[in-house]
Amino acid sequence: MHSTSARVFGGLRALLLGAAAMGAGVAAATEAVAQEVQRGGRLTVAADTEPRNINPAMVASNGVFFVSSKVVEPLAEMDYEAGLRGVLAVGWEGSEDGRTITFRLREGVAWSDGTPFTSADVAFSAMEVWKPLQNLGRAIFADLEAVETPDDHTAVFRFTRPTPLQLIENALPAVSAVLPRHLYQGTDIAQNPLNNAPVGTGPFLFAEHRPGEYFRLTRNPGYWGEGQPYLDEIVYRVLPDAASKAAALETGDIQLTAFSAVPLTDLARLDAIDGISVIPGGYEGITYHITLEINHRRAELANPLVRRALAHAIDRNFIVDVVFMGYAAASTGPVPATAADFYTADVPAHAFDPAEAERLLDEAGYPRGADGTRFSLRLRPAPWFQMTRATGDYVRQALQQVGIAVELVTADSGAHSVAVYTDHDFDLAIGSPVWRNDPAISTTILFQGGLPAGVPFSNQYGYDDPEMNALIAAAAAELDRDRRVALYHDFQRKAATDLPIIHLVDFTFITVARDEVKGVASNPRWATSSWADTWVAR
Amino acid sequence: MPWRFLGRRLLQAVPVLAIVAVAVFLLLELAEGDAVDAYLAGTGAGDAGLAAALREEYGLTDSLPVRFLTYAVRLATLDLGHSFAFSRPVAGVIGERLPVTLLLMGSAVMLSGALGVLLGGLAAWRAGRAADLSITVAALVLNAMPGFWLGLLGLILFAVKLRWLPLGGIGTIGADLPPLAAAVDLARHLVLPVATLALTYLALYVRLMRAAMLDAAGSGWVLAARARGLPEARVLLRHMARPALLPVVTMIGLQAGGMLGGSVVIESVFAIPGLGRLAFEAVSQRDLPLLAGILLAGTVTVVAVNIIVDLLYRRLDPRVGDAAAREGGR
Repeated sequence: MHSTSARVFGGLRALLLGAAAMGAGVAAATEAVAQEVQRGGRLTVAADTEPRNINPAMVASNGVFFVSSKVVEPLAEMDYEAGLRGVLAVGWEGSEDGRTITFRLREGVAWSDGTPFTSADVAFSAMEVWKPLQNLGRAIFADLEAVETPDDHTAVFRFTRPTPLQLIENALPAVSAVLPRHLYQGTDIAQNPLNNAPVGTGPFLFAEHRPGEYFRLTRNPGYWGEGQPYLDEIVYRVLPDAASKAAALETGDIQLTAFSAVPLTDLARLDAIDGISVIPGGYEGITYHITLEINHRRAELANPLVRRALAHAIDRNFIVDVVFMGYAAASTGPVPATAADFYTADVPAHAFDPAEAERLLDEAGYPRGADGTRFSLRLRPAPWFQMTRATGDYVRQALQQVGIAVELVTADSGAHSVAVYTDHDFDLAIGSPVWRNDPAISTTILFQGGLPAGVPFSNQYGYDDPEMNALIAAAAAELDRDRRVALYHDFQRKAATDLPIIHLVDFTFITVARDEVKGVASNPRWATSSWADTWVAR
Repeated sequence: MPWRFLGRRLLQAVPVLAIVAVAVFLLLELAEGDAVDAYLAGTGAGDAGLAAALREEYGLTDSLPVRFLTYAVRLATLDLGHSFAFSRPVAGVIGERLPVTLLLMGSAVMLSGALGVLLGGLAAWRAGRAADLSITVAALVLNAMPGFWLGLLGLILFAVKLRWLPLGGIGTIGADLPPLAAAVDLARHLVLPVATLALTYLALYVRLMRAAMLDAAGSGWVLAARARGLPEARVLLRHMARPALLPVVTMIGLQAGGMLGGSVVIESVFAIPGLGRLAFEAVSQRDLPLLAGILLAGTVTVVAVNIIVDLLYRRLDPRVGDAAAREGGR
């Protein structure tokens, strides 16, 4: 059994900050290696969501990867020791001018129908799918002009503008799932039936999806990985009710839940049960933030003093301890501390200090009125997680302490998204953006000005600062790694100074597994990786 | 079977369907966000170009009247179209789930009706005594418990602690069973959800049956039967229970209307792929074609159940003939 205290999360941070060391994630992996691997058997896990399109080359989202990353492989995957490990690519290098990246591809790999995997598949996926159709790729590969294939195992990506190799490397695990050209070419890719029954080069084959019941994957006997995969079958059981998931873990009907599918309040009880462990590692590569989104169109909120007051009024540690029961860390800005490459702690800090918040609000010209209220705001907590809603409840209380009346406005996903990101019908909102291992993927978009309305999970708060925009543009085109990192340090300082939005906490998810499941949390994107090395002891 | 009566019933369903269809369209229209917003919110990233392309594909860029017309024509011609949320024909999506829902809800209503009649009858017979009191109180307590909680209690006791029954779903995954064994497997999976639903509905039938029995007890025909010296059992069964069944049957007919929507919670707790969860998903995904399909399926179910109820009426009460059926059986 693993300890479930908040210290584990801190331990993981230390692990990633301090390069190679022992942590819960690595411990789980080495423990698996120490035992004799047992082959065969079925692993049954709780399904996360049932996305309509589970083609990971088109929809780069964790809900899709959870199922399809076992079937369709990317060029590279994250790794605790190497940082990045080649999967379908075995090596890559960028040119001096930043306009080309050459990938050397793995040989002896075949699609599950026996057709050999070649550079033509990579070129097709990049030009016909990632760049025009993929939710993340449309931005990352916007400058991709062509992919040349001098031979079957070399793919040369040509960009119209200098593109940092570091950015592409960091993006590879999420954006580079390779599709079989021979099954997609000449079809309407967006409507291809294989989007619901993917074909790839991965360790497992897609067997069936019974909507509302389960997904089933079976072992790919022709997988290129030596002796892998170990499992015969993976079943994702759809269990919509969180309490039922916890019960299913107890009975052994399912052996694993990922993405904090079991309520945090149940973790201590489950961990105390013999044969069930709570495993906090294996998600460092998919860190989420809880943010306070601020609509600058409100005169009060356009005032930097008021935004600073908001930052001082909210106790981040309270959110960590109460909302997340310790499974989170107070945030200092848009880059999580686990992202050692980019993180800097050298930013203006806004410690919890309600008195300072009140002083700033007075200074900004909003004294308490006769009823003790300075002004009132409408707060929309995003419905994505129980924790976003709970944070909304807390922020309401915290702001009322300093004289800001808050009205909570709740809505379902579609309504929340359009209200905040299209109609700008909010004063404050609680959001949960994802850190995707490079600030240029989904982080700077939270600060960039001049975006059109209707872009979800982006700066729709009316913040448009020339200096910030210049920093973002410079870093996006900077080829030198050190100078690029330095620019992102400036970006973090600027973000903490202007506070266009306020990052409150960083969190990753929790896996709960029965002890017979081995090889859990063996890489920083474990839940969304291939599971070729996962096995079940009998 | 009187075909004129059947035809009239179906015709009566048309205005009902039309009103509900308009209401569903308007409600989804009033809700903030459309199918594309709901979809992109689930994928975690997107941009304005992608959203515009998807809206074009779904036909969401048309004007409101055009969209309403497309929707109305589809409903009128029974062409269910394509679901946004499932990227599949609506008929297929619903077809998968309808049998499970009908089986689940049908069994639950039957069971609670039968138990309600038995216990309600017993309570009336023993009116004012301990049996009456305990039946009435137990039924009310069960009725007051939220369905999901009762379901979870049953699940923890019978599936987790005692391990007598499976935890959820509608069948053992990957078990390739012969037909008889598969039926047993399905039945075992349905025991808990059906029992939970039946117990939450029970109070209604118990109260109805009890009240109707007591009502009958004070009637002239029961007095006359007793005066004729008929055995007490015969008086109870023929003269009190039989007329008392009428309101129970009426209620079963009414509840059939709630059958489709009423089970979202139980379907979630027991992981049953039914229409309740599907309807919930259709609303949260702003999937108008799917919702319209569920609406049609629901209307057909309600009409069918009401026809059955009317036919039952004729058997239970010889006074109810064509005249009463034309009045809607009331």
